[in-house]
Amino acid sequence: MNESTITPSSGPETVASTRQMRWGTFLRNLVKNKLAIVGAAIIFFFFVIAFLAPYIAPHSPSATDLMNRFQPPSAENWFGTDHNGRDIFSRILHGASLTLYIGLLSVSIGAVFGILMGVVSGYYGRWVDTVIMRVVDVLLAFPGILLALAIVSALGPSLHNVIIALSVYNVPVFARIVRASTLEVRKLEYVEAIRALGASDAKIVCQHILPNIVSPIIVKATLQIAVSILSAAGLSFLGLGAQPPAPEWGAMLSDGRDYMWDSPHITIFPGIAIVLVVLGFNLLGDGLRDALDPRNKS
Amino acid sequence: MTEALLEVKGLKKYFPIKGGMLGRTVNYVKAVDDISFSVKRGETLSIVGESGCGKSTTGRAILRLDEPTAGDIRFDGEDLLALSKKQMRRKRKDIQIIFQDPFASLNPRHTVRRLLSEALAIQNVVPKAQRRSRVKELMETVGLSIDMIDRYPHEFSGGQRQRIGIARALAVNPKLIVCDEAVSALDVSIQAQVLNLLKELQHEFKLTYVFIAHDLGVVRHISDRIIVMYLGKIVETADKKSLFDTPRHPYTRALLSAIPVADPSKKKKRIILEGDVPSPLDPPSGCRFHTRCPFATDLCKKDDPELRSTAGMLTGHQAACHHMETIEGEQSNTH
Repeated sequence: MNESTITPSSGPETVASTRQMRWGTFLRNLVKNKLAIVGAAIIFFFFVIAFLAPYIAPHSPSATDLMNRFQPPSAENWFGTDHNGRDIFSRILHGASLTLYIGLLSVSIGAVFGILMGVVSGYYGRWVDTVIMRVVDVLLAFPGILLALAIVSALGPSLHNVIIALSVYNVPVFARIVRASTLEVRKLEYVEAIRALGASDAKIVCQHILPNIVSPIIVKATLQIAVSILSAAGLSFLGLGAQPPAPEWGAMLSDGRDYMWDSPHITIFPGIAIVLVVLGFNLLGDGLRDALDPRNKS
Repeated sequence: MTEALLEVKGLKKYFPIKGGMLGRTVNYVKAVDDISFSVKRGETLSIVGESGCGKSTTGRAILRLDEPTAGDIRFDGEDLLALSKKQMRRKRKDIQIIFQDPFASLNPRHTVRRLLSEALAIQNVVPKAQRRSRVKELMETVGLSIDMIDRYPHEFSGGQRQRIGIARALAVNPKLIVCDEAVSALDVSIQAQVLNLLKELQHEFKLTYVFIAHDLGVVRHISDRIIVMYLGKIVETADKKSLFDTPRHPYTRALLSAIPVADPSKKKKRIILEGDVPSPLDPPSGCRFHTRCPFATDLCKKDDPELRSTAGMLTGHQAACHHMETIEGEQSNTH
């Protein structure tokens, strides 16, 4: 209230309009990037499918029809049927939510812990850094799928344990990249300048370091969503992930593995779905990175 | 009031070199090795020297941006090194720094308005309601148009950016500003503008500067007193006139002879130093300059000279050389 009495001409509206302007340039930059729009469209498309699957799927994802096994794509079954006679199109529609759920949740959890560890490690350095990075080294020493496998084996096979396992797998990936970026940004003169002004560590990290390392985190997150989706599929293949008859795309891929020669459609369609999702996240991630860079402002 | 605002005694800053499997400290870079000086209220003290001589490290150590290894820093009578992290944060209101690269020292994602109001907010200099008008005032003070308040740093020229940096340092009403190569990154014509601005501000706000530079022309323009550093040590200190007119240390003489003269008909003898600056990892024994010094004798290899004055030097003029008397004699012959 006080503000408007002192400087009525440049009250809160000015601040709001600057923010709108910034948001506007960001959107303009993003829209200019055709590939990013394609990526966003693909992801949007899959989200729509994920939400609408129960209403638009022509068949139940788990209803078997042993008389109609291995049917190639037709008007009745657009993507054909699998070895149990289930409609692959309906299963893919229903699988979208599962796939996105696993990918997004495991990356989000992994990112939160990874960012925390990475920032603390990179900002404080010294023995804190040493301790955290040795833990990260230990986690990274295991091949990702093996680590996830060990965790799922210990916890028992289930979809949520897969998410826990993949989250653990994602933590060191983010910790590493965040630490490296933090080390870089921390030494920048403008961070030093803020430190010289007497800002607290929390303020420096939250307002100056984190916003400036968003880009690598976004890019890494998109890649990790893809990797996590693939790893989840691998675990499902080994019987450790989504339990049958859940229409998980990775599980569907492995279901069709034995019949690839005679009925390739069983593997091709879930495969295409996975490729599209992964592509979508990557294209959007790249576009976001470019649009978020203030140097691109026209 | 002419008593010292800043007093530095025996300041050392060693950077450990980690090596081996266990990351043990195998050696130290002695960036600043036992230097003492004081800065009087309202004066400009310049620290000059080649790259790597420890001048920037000295500036950063004063602000505790790099924690000194040893020494004593008194600011306004208060022991800075005894302050806790939190107390030091508050103390930073009184000591500010202007950095060399005016682009790197401003967050590219923040507008001028945000950069300046943040500085005000951190130290809570003015009540929140007045921040907006204070930001405008600061912009005016450093000669920036208020229309530019919502622009990002990359939309400004180098000189304008440095003005923003200066405005930010001024925001907290400091007593001392460390200018770390503050004009080195600017064009010569812009350098003069920024230097004049700094001078005006010093006059207006009774500021004290520690001016770190490698350009002696710039130093001559702004300084009251000058410290010359070589390999982490002070080799000569004097008021501006004595240093430029009667340099006593061979290193200072070499530096001064390198200043280009505007008049081409004036021939002057250049002293070309041989070799490079030795590594601060393993500085030469005795006088650190002896490996490049035309006057070096065996004494210089063994014995590290202390800062001292001779009869022919004005008060406050000190140099660290065993052969100052010889140099003095040479100077009086040529004059």
